[in-house]
Amino acid sequence: MSFSEFLTFFDYPFVWYALVVGTLIALCSSLLGVTLVLKRFSFIGDGLSHVAFGAMAVAAVAGLTNQMIIILPVTIAAAVLLLCTSSRKTKLNGDASLAMISVSALALGYLIYNLSDSPNVSGDVCTTLFGSTSILALTQTDLWICIVMSVAVTVLYILFYHKIFAITFDETFAKATGVKTGIYNLLIAVVIAVIIVLAMNLVGSLLISALVIFPALCGMGLFRSFKGVVISSACVSVLCALIGILASIWLMTPTGSTIVAVDLIAFLIFSAAGFAARRARRA
Amino acid sequence: MQELSENILLACKDLSLGYEGHPVADGVSFTLERGDYLCIIGENGSGKSTLVKTLLSLQPSLSGSIAWAERVTVGYLPQQTPVQRDFPATVEEIVLSGFLAKSGLRPFFRKQEKGLAQEKMARLGIGHLKKRCYRELSGGQQQRVLLARALCATGDLLLLDEPAAGLDPKVTAELYELIASLNRDEGITIIMVSHDLPAVRSYATHVLHVMHGGCTFGTLAQYAASDAGKLFFAEAEA
Repeated sequence: MSFSEFLTFFDYPFVWYALVVGTLIALCSSLLGVTLVLKRFSFIGDGLSHVAFGAMAVAAVAGLTNQMIIILPVTIAAAVLLLCTSSRKTKLNGDASLAMISVSALALGYLIYNLSDSPNVSGDVCTTLFGSTSILALTQTDLWICIVMSVAVTVLYILFYHKIFAITFDETFAKATGVKTGIYNLLIAVVIAVIIVLAMNLVGSLLISALVIFPALCGMGLFRSFKGVVISSACVSVLCALIGILASIWLMTPTGSTIVAVDLIAFLIFSAAGFAARRARRA
Repeated sequence: MQELSENILLACKDLSLGYEGHPVADGVSFTLERGDYLCIIGENGSGKSTLVKTLLSLQPSLSGSIAWAERVTVGYLPQQTPVQRDFPATVEEIVLSGFLAKSGLRPFFRKQEKGLAQEKMARLGIGHLKKRCYRELSGGQQQRVLLARALCATGDLLLLDEPAAGLDPKVTAELYELIASLNRDEGITIIMVSHDLPAVRSYATHVLHVMHGGCTFGTLAQYAASDAGKLFFAEAEA
């Protein structure tokens, strides 16, 4: 594709929709990603997105036009179950129950998809798992839902920034001194579920973990304050999403996996920079 | 709940502690007055940490009563978790988070709180570290950071769960001296879980020995003279 051909793409509104939605989702997922990675919940994104996939299969077989009615509540319920009960003494430990929910949702989801009378099951499944080009087929309604949700997530994050910090660093201390940690954990769980459901459009349900963990890992290697890590991971995430979407149009590759590849490259660059910085400090 | 007399901060009566109906320790009774320095001792698994968690209402007691004086704020120095050791946050960010319980729904910290945090850090000798990253500090410095955070949460009572775990003897001695000076000079009541009997002897005013089937509580002198105390101190010296 020549550069002038590439530029003609910007005449289409769907390209702009994709860029706006991609940026917003990348921003939200990176904000919460820092907390998840530090609390050792990196895999929650993966698990929840599989749950969302299962819910989507049910919605598809039921023939619902607005699949969100099923997907969102189910994912939120799973998030609350996983994040708000794991701190207590349960018979099953956290990562085992997460893995269990994750694979069963994936398996049942695929099973249910096969029961539907859709002519192109493998195509549908592949699209939901890897995001494929659905980001380029967003409607104006999708765009507005995404904008409203993202603004809400960002505002909540800023308002509760210090609480989120305290719960991430030391939940026991916060609880002991009288902070209502239960409510904030619930808030974090709900917000994560919303982000995962939104992000399924962008990168598909298998690749969501990348949006959650890569930006956070980039910042953690290089920055020494929590604020620095949060801001840097937000910037990295937005930049990678933009580059990824543009590159996928230019190279005609699947959008989701291109974004994840860009995130991986960013992570490698940051790790190298962090390594160099530590050596320089020691020398 | 019975009325507590003026000087009493905390009164526990016949507490039974444990998880899911399995008591680890029972018959725990003691009272704590303002300015006391109470050491909680006992063998591993005897329920010391469980007692601390129960006092902080992090877990329910199986039976018995805990009565707090009105408007007591508590600062807590927990045992460190692996998550914290490599946490990317500055000293200042961590110390400030001690104010959270007081700030309610207010999203940001006040200037006055930032000033107070600065004071606490200076008081504990970590003022010069405030922009440093927590994970790059030594064990002793990290404990001081967490102590400064606890002081931001309270002026009344500090609960310390084995504060010297993993520190070398010199740093341990400095930390104990610092805690003792907070007790002596600023009138902060201390409850400390400790394995360190020499420290208990030199700093504690009261001792609570937690064990299966009853516990021993008294002033340091009373405890040292009791059967449990004689045995415990003798074992430690042997």
